[in-house]
Amino acid sequence: MKKMILPVALGAAFAATSLSAASAGTLEDVQERGKLRCAVSTGLAGFSYTDENGKWQGFDVDYCRAVAAAVLGDADAVEFSPTTGKTRFTALASGEVDILSRNTTWTFSRDADLKFTFLGVSYYDGQGFMVKKSLGVASAKELDGATVCIQTGTTTELNLSDYFTAEGMSYEPLSIETNTEGRANYLADACDVYTTDASGLAASRATFENADDHIVLPEIISKEPLGPLVRHGDDQWADIGRWVLNALKIAEEKGITAANADEMAANSKDPEVLRLLGASGEMGASVGLGNDFALVAIKAVGNYGEVFERHLGTQTKVNLARGLNAMWTEGGLQYAPPFR
Amino acid sequence: MSENTFAYVATSEKPQLPPPQGTTGAVGWARENLFSSPLNTILTLISVFVVFSTVPGIFNWAFVNSVWNANSLDECRALTENGACWAVIRERYHQFLFGFYPTELYWRPILAFVLLFVALVPALWDGMPKRGAALMASMTYPFVAFWLIWGGFGLEPVSSTKLGGLLLTMIIGVSGISFSLPIGIVLALSRSSNLPIVKSLAVIFIEFIRGVPLITLLFVAHVLLNYFLPKGVNFDIVLRVVIMVTLFASAYMAEVIRGGLAALPKGQYEAADALGLSYWQSMRLIILPQALKISIPGIVNTFIGLFKDTTLVLIIGLMDPLGLVAPTLADQRWNGIFVELYAFIAFMFFIFCFAMSRYSMYLERKLHTGHR
Repeated sequence: MKKMILPVALGAAFAATSLSAASAGTLEDVQERGKLRCAVSTGLAGFSYTDENGKWQGFDVDYCRAVAAAVLGDADAVEFSPTTGKTRFTALASGEVDILSRNTTWTFSRDADLKFTFLGVSYYDGQGFMVKKSLGVASAKELDGATVCIQTGTTTELNLSDYFTAEGMSYEPLSIETNTEGRANYLADACDVYTTDASGLAASRATFENADDHIVLPEIISKEPLGPLVRHGDDQWADIGRWVLNALKIAEEKGITAANADEMAANSKDPEVLRLLGASGEMGASVGLGNDFALVAIKAVGNYGEVFERHLGTQTKVNLARGLNAMWTEGGLQYAPPFR
Repeated sequence: MSENTFAYVATSEKPQLPPPQGTTGAVGWARENLFSSPLNTILTLISVFVVFSTVPGIFNWAFVNSVWNANSLDECRALTENGACWAVIRERYHQFLFGFYPTELYWRPILAFVLLFVALVPALWDGMPKRGAALMASMTYPFVAFWLIWGGFGLEPVSSTKLGGLLLTMIIGVSGISFSLPIGIVLALSRSSNLPIVKSLAVIFIEFIRGVPLITLLFVAHVLLNYFLPKGVNFDIVLRVVIMVTLFASAYMAEVIRGGLAALPKGQYEAADALGLSYWQSMRLIILPQALKISIPGIVNTFIGLFKDTTLVLIIGLMDPLGLVAPTLADQRWNGIFVELYAFIAFMFFIFCFAMSRYSMYLERKLHTGHR
């Protein structure tokens, strides 16, 4: 991680000097271009993938589409830049993309040192371990001396070393670049343990030919709040991104879906719903958007729950329960500030 | 003609006896080539064993048990026990060829690809009539291809983020190959030049580029250039990568060609001088034709290496064929399929690399004018 921060920070310093000269505001840039440039992952089951027509799909991708819908009125006005764990921050810092929605963990140093603004938490994740049943391990505390497949340049790498140090155990890391590589190495017995975010483990396990031969250990060793982020220094743009995410969550809370959004805007008695959908008040104008920005976004991708169920939910192969990502009203952590 | 009167004298030649059994036909060939010594016999038996224990399995997997019509890996697995699931290739082959290029505009890269061969004809075939004029026409190819692929000037523009697959490999590989050769020649000549400044500049450039891994140069292309260029100047990422790959290949090319220059007997240089030829005349008429001929295997080696090195761009998030594996795998329907995708990509690369290597062998044979 250390070796990664330095070039990024250097880059950010360069960027800061050049940005200060011409800072027209990201919103104007995007509107002028007519396209939102959004960095996503190069491929992570459920979060970002391409369909047979070459169109990007997924949980992270749909957030970009929602922002594009809110800002430009067109959910397809997005240019997706696939980024790896190494290139994502430089792509954002250098201004190559407007927003980064790539299952990125919100940490202090990324927020403060790399000079990014996190827009909220779109998915609460945690790091887990997957092992083969034949290994006969039932708890992560029995993994002393194991070979671990670990993605480089990610927080999982640091969590792993923290956890093993704290437990007084040793391990042998096998560095990998992508999820695909990790899975292949794990299946080929190059490592005993595969560790990444629990969502990723579940997604990987679902694809194995004999999924029952593998178990995800009960220990979750870290907090991984994943969310979209933007560069420091453009608060209006950050507000737009933050409130598009919040709007999707409030929509779920209030029972607004892609299908009934128009009808709710016309007939709802709930003042917050009316404010959110632009039927009353002048909320959109304060972030430089149309009054119906949330309505357009919700109509484009659906509410938070719809996006979740479409790409990650129990009906999909990734098969994740809502868990921590349920609304606060249903015992989860997803809680959006009021829209007023 | 006198009659032969002696009954015991043959009147005609006796028919030739067939060669001893076991020295002709299949048996003879096998004896000669496969079982000529104990060591050869053992090696033959081992090879036969390896071939028989692997080939039928691979053949069954790839052809007999394979599935072409399915909508997901699960459907494939339900249809076959252990066969290849080519259905994913069937569904996605156009992505592996063109990336995310708009489907209705596929004719543009295809036309560019066809024109590439038209442009190559004068370069590769020296017996062509009016070759000089044709070569000049070929020089315009890069601009035509650029226009066709990226659009503009009347064609619908296509952004670089849409480029991918084999199309991206070809863009990077072909431009790297065609620009690195002339740059490499210039660098090689500079490095063997007597002018101290020219020489040291060439040495510095070559040694710097060769001392740095290609990955580093790609990161520079992706990251650092963005900071150095003023904001708003959106220098296309694919062009940046092409430039870096070209510089990288040129440095290697220069050393390969310098090897050819060094291999020429000094007498050739002296003879050129004795004829009163200027430096450029002697290079063009005497030195380079010979030096380049000697260097052909090395040059083609560099070309093939460069073509395969283009896959490294996946590290900076460009969607070359290998880069496309990840988003394909992330699709829930195909998650967990590896071998078929990699086999398909390997097959595509093999076609191009094999063609280059055959052409170089043809060229070597054709230019083989003695000295042996």
